[in-house]
Amino acid sequence: MLELKNIAKSFNNQAVLADIDLTIENHKTLAIVGPSGAGKTTLLRIIAGLSAADAGEFTWQGKATTPQQLRKDGVIGVVFQGFELFPNMTVLKNITLAPTLQGVSVEEADKRARDLLEQLDLPDQADAYPFSLSGGQKQRIAIARALALKPEILLYDEPTSALDPNLRHSVANLINAFKAQGMTQVVVTHDMEFAQEVADTTFTVKKLGGER
Amino acid sequence: MKYVLEILPALLSGMKLTLGVFFLTLIGSIPLGMLLSVGLMNKAKNILGKLINWFLTAYVWLFRGTPLLLQLIFVFYGLPLIGIVFDRFNAAIFAFILNYAAYFAEIFRGGFGAIEEGQFEAATVLNLTRWQTLRYVVIPQVLKIVLPSMGNEIINLVKDSSLVYVIGLGDLLRAGNVATARDVTLVPLVLVGAIYLIMTALLTWAQKKVEKSFSYYR
Repeated sequence: MLELKNIAKSFNNQAVLADIDLTIENHKTLAIVGPSGAGKTTLLRIIAGLSAADAGEFTWQGKATTPQQLRKDGVIGVVFQGFELFPNMTVLKNITLAPTLQGVSVEEADKRARDLLEQLDLPDQADAYPFSLSGGQKQRIAIARALALKPEILLYDEPTSALDPNLRHSVANLINAFKAQGMTQVVVTHDMEFAQEVADTTFTVKKLGGER
Repeated sequence: MKYVLEILPALLSGMKLTLGVFFLTLIGSIPLGMLLSVGLMNKAKNILGKLINWFLTAYVWLFRGTPLLLQLIFVFYGLPLIGIVFDRFNAAIFAFILNYAAYFAEIFRGGFGAIEEGQFEAATVLNLTRWQTLRYVVIPQVLKIVLPSMGNEIINLVKDSSLVYVIGLGDLLRAGNVATARDVTLVPLVLVGAIYLIMTALLTWAQKKVEKSFSYYR
């Protein structure tokens, strides 16, 4: 269980997040929702350790920690809105790069990557380059890349926004399938219907300072 | 034809010097340019970072903003006046490396700048170190981006190398000019032109080859 307490963040003296208390339960899917510009993605970036909170505490499995530490310990995986696959590498290399650099043998990393591709219904794409893939395929590669490091928590930033609307349902199915396997997931989305399809709990980020 | 064979050894020995300037300049200026581009991109807010940035910006401005010919003359004829003496060849290499490094630094800076922040963030969340991120993710992409402009500069360098004429080095152009003046014929200069064309044609071909080898992804 990852707990966040009193998280605050402002940009140029403009408060974006204030007094955020959030609990990410093990093996559950948490949806972070709210109007655009409310700071949902900022909150996700703070959890991912890409952006530092101005204030707040983090507790992981009962112990105080920091997002940087969580990242170093491989607790958190991230699927970006734009996927951010590495265009200069094959799909397989995208997935195996980080594990092999962290000491996993090439054979083992390859095997795990191919298993993931199989599971994600992309067995024939191992040697393709990202530019030749559809948005939905890219997203699943990005998920495989994150899962290859065996994270405890998988974060998704707006997983439906860069996709064809009719793929929304299959993304939801995928997230629910991972939950059935025991994955802890956090989904940032502005799409309430999608949130209802995947979430066990929903956390709403409110826009600070009223409408502008 | 007999005359051509007669002057060819002199031209080829001039070409050797031209190629020497060419390769030594590349070997010195590409790594230096890459290093400078990293310095140009540093956004450190402390006084040292700002100072380095200011210094490098001034350096690039100076070397791109004045003629290479002036820089050559300055190094070889000017610097001895304040006690810094280079021999001819070293003066040429010194000026060429400093000049081309300034251009390469700008090219690399543009290349690095074209890599989206998201690529760095993806590498960060995958726990890649700074060096691993550069080595596996960023530099391969930067190389692809900078290849066309690098190719242009490198082809330019072949021709720019003829500027060493002015500090009395016996390069290809001088060899041709000497023969023309001595034998009162256009043939040597035509030959010199042909040799430059062959060198740039080879480089153009190599550039296409290298660019093609990077075309497996978009």
